[in-house]
Amino acid sequence: MSKILIRGAKVLGGEPQDVLIDGETIAEVGTDLGAEGAEVVEAAGKVLLPGLVDLHTHLREPGREDSETVLTGTRAAASGGYTAVFAMANTFPVADTAGVVEQVYRLGREHGYCDVQPIGAVTVGLEGRKLAELGAMHESAAGVTVFSDDGKCVDDAVIMRRALEYVKAFGGVVAQHAQEPRLTEGAQMNEGVVSAELGLGGWPAVAEESVIARDVLLAEHVGSRVHICHLSTAGSVEIVRWAKSRGIQVTAEVTPHHLLLTDELVRTYNPVYKVNPPLRTERDVLALREALADGTIDIVATDHAPHPHEDKDCEWAAAAMGMVGLETALSVVQETMVDTGLLDWAGVADRMSVKPARIGQAAGHGRPVSAGEPANLTLVDTEYRGRVDPAGFASRSRNTPYEGRELPGRVTHTWLRGKATLVDGKLT
Amino acid sequence: MQRHLISAADLTRDDAVLILDTAEEMARVADRPIKKLPTLRGRTIVNLFFEDSTRTRISFEAAEKRLSADVINFTAKGSSVSKGESLKDTAQTLEAMGVDAVVIRHGASGAPYRLANSGWVDAAVINAGDGTHQHPTQALLDAFTMRRRLIGRDAGLGQDLSGKRITVVGDVLHSRVARSNVDLLHTLGAEVTLVAPPTLVPVGVESWPCAVSYDLDSTLPKCDAVMMLRVQRERMNAAFFPTEREYSRRYGLDGDRMAKLPEHAIVMHPGPMVRGMEITAEVADSDRCTAIEQVANGVSIRMAVLYLLLGGNEPAQTRTEEK
Amino acid sequence: MDKHDIPAHPQAADARPVLEGPDIARVLTRIAHEIVERAKGADDVVLLGIPTRGVFLAQRLAAKLEQITDRKIPVGSLDITMYRDDLRMHPPRALARTDIPGDGLDGKLVVLVDDVLFSGRTIRAALDALNDIGRPRAVQLAVLVDRGHRELPIRADYVGKNLPTSLRETVKVQLAEEDGRDTVLLGAKPAAQ
Repeated sequence: MSKILIRGAKVLGGEPQDVLIDGETIAEVGTDLGAEGAEVVEAAGKVLLPGLVDLHTHLREPGREDSETVLTGTRAAASGGYTAVFAMANTFPVADTAGVVEQVYRLGREHGYCDVQPIGAVTVGLEGRKLAELGAMHESAAGVTVFSDDGKCVDDAVIMRRALEYVKAFGGVVAQHAQEPRLTEGAQMNEGVVSAELGLGGWPAVAEESVIARDVLLAEHVGSRVHICHLSTAGSVEIVRWAKSRGIQVTAEVTPHHLLLTDELVRTYNPVYKVNPPLRTERDVLALREALADGTIDIVATDHAPHPHEDKDCEWAAAAMGMVGLETALSVVQETMVDTGLLDWAGVADRMSVKPARIGQAAGHGRPVSAGEPANLTLVDTEYRGRVDPAGFASRSRNTPYEGRELPGRVTHTWLRGKATLVDGKLT
Repeated sequence: MQRHLISAADLTRDDAVLILDTAEEMARVADRPIKKLPTLRGRTIVNLFFEDSTRTRISFEAAEKRLSADVINFTAKGSSVSKGESLKDTAQTLEAMGVDAVVIRHGASGAPYRLANSGWVDAAVINAGDGTHQHPTQALLDAFTMRRRLIGRDAGLGQDLSGKRITVVGDVLHSRVARSNVDLLHTLGAEVTLVAPPTLVPVGVESWPCAVSYDLDSTLPKCDAVMMLRVQRERMNAAFFPTEREYSRRYGLDGDRMAKLPEHAIVMHPGPMVRGMEITAEVADSDRCTAIEQVANGVSIRMAVLYLLLGGNEPAQTRTEEK
Repeated sequence: MDKHDIPAHPQAADARPVLEGPDIARVLTRIAHEIVERAKGADDVVLLGIPTRGVFLAQRLAAKLEQITDRKIPVGSLDITMYRDDLRMHPPRALARTDIPGDGLDGKLVVLVDDVLFSGRTIRAALDALNDIGRPRAVQLAVLVDRGHRELPIRADYVGKNLPTSLRETVKVQLAEEDGRDTVLLGAKPAAQ
């Protein structure tokens, strides 16, 4: 296997160092490493991170290949600096059997851009009534450890309790999409000043917070761990903070868009801003940033949700919810967390690689950048500033809320087990 | 004035007064043997109705025809699957036919805004009611009715509604009429009080330029006009209020309550009225109720809006914009 | 192309009066006498002024006719805005009042009254407007100033003053009711309009 020498990169934003990759692993980290026989990547001024891990991606295959496939989605992931993504279960058919999760897992391996770890559905058909075969999915070749009905809330308290208990047998985790369904019937956007004015159905914060409160108490009661998907409100932050202070095993994620965008954007009625959970207020955004910085929120997850153009090129009520995010996530985190001084690059590595890998038990990912570790790495030009141009996306979909917005940072290289998937910003 | 009329909040005070004054002249055309003006000859206007509303469509159609525009009626009940596609596709089809203006009624809040701002069509867009968002011509005809009744036809010319106290009662949460009226009446200097059970007031109402009360009886003696909003019986099933009877007892307008109004005050209703719910037959049929007048005034207002938006080479200019 | 295009402030230094208050009063008296003479007593005359200043002139003429005939003369106004042929060349204008006297126009002798006759397009629009309101026995036209440059086959029946002008000039009528004084000003059109 070939050798690659990454020369002069700021590892986790620290002092410049050389990193030598030999085959699939990191052979050496140090200064003035010899370059004999190695391809040299000049990385002066750039930041080297462990390959990013996304605990919340919608790859859409099988069933909605018009919006994304495992191939296009993993190319988008590599482009955004990711080496592992967790593929959500709301495909057609739903990933609620060993067969579907194995198919998705295998496609990821075959394409080789990014490891794909399927998430299994908690309930059959995401219908919230009958537990899916969680054990069979875990034992399958895909080795599923994360289960979620994302897109829908596991609303029934008994089903949620059983799921939390059941996955303890094999160390799984249930990732809850917290959305009280009755409180969000017909909901179109965050309920507040803007929804009142626009006449769009309100999506109250309490619909998220009440489910989180219930679930952390359930997790405590049954001694299980629970993961909260895309937390979006200041109140949710308070509940998770309280739960952690009580020693409850809860982890939480926030999306890049909830760290940057607010419901004021909905005034344009442009469905590119329509997302579940909805964009909230500035107060929520600031609380989420602070919680990510202090560790109350453990990780950033993209909730990359590709949709075909026609599903967004329509009136608000008819539009699909969701935004693509894999290719802009790191830039948004740099903008909202690093450039604001809330988080350093080691912190970014922790929130976007180390912790998500740990929550999802993604072996070989989220490891330290040191000798003997798998060479899953991401090199970032943090000095870059540029406007987001969806035409350049590797994703099959273009539903980004950042079109034309200037954002900092650009991933130039991604290595998956020593193999470059992205070189100078171009997919291999 | 802006090129489109999407929201009552888009109108400046001078825009609104110009529309009301123009409508007053348009109203006089209705008294003539030939109720037609050549003003919009050669202009094509499509009434694009995705929601049933015979009243509003007929009102626009009468206004368009009196101004000699060519009128195309397009009633398209959006299918649940492809609503979005049908709005864009339908609009572009009409555009290809050379339409100058689209009067749109749509069940989705923001659909007219999207139509006007998405580059789908070049035509001027006039909102004839979108979801629970806005219904600006309704607010204009309401303001027109108030100005006539409270100030006078001629005395009102050039005037706004400064100092008038207007109470709007009923299902504010689901009402585009309430939203449009709050915006426009505030712009015209009136003081608006919304009265409704708390369940039918939107969260976020605190940012609106109006007061909110849960008590109808205490607001009635202090108002110049009370506007009763339609309350759909289905709301009861979603627990917005317990029973029809309790709703009408607390928030309905009957003869006894009407007697608490100052002598000069009027009772308004955008229609269709649910008699026995928000208004009793006694009140609905009284001289103080302007519901029928509002319908007639609707045609004059819509003529004024169409003339001011489409009558020239660009929308009418008002002083505030010329600065 | 007609009087409504005259700039709002033509009475700059070079604008000179061609008719003053007493002149205007005198020509209106003459026109009133001419109307009585030609209409054989003016017993079916209705005066319709074209807003804005035509309306004041019509009211003044009516007062003089009433002095002469000792009878009430119906006077009203006729707004021609929505009948104009240049609507698409400007933003829409605010409408003025159309006020038809109680007995209507059918079978009457309608005398249209305007301040300045120029291209004739205003009068063409007025004739169209009249057509939608009633069927007069005859329609005549009275103007304070005829400045020439007709673009349509229209002429006035009663003219206060014929004023030969160049197209580079402006004619501005000021009346006490609207402008605080009575005068007719002839000025130069500002360059680069």
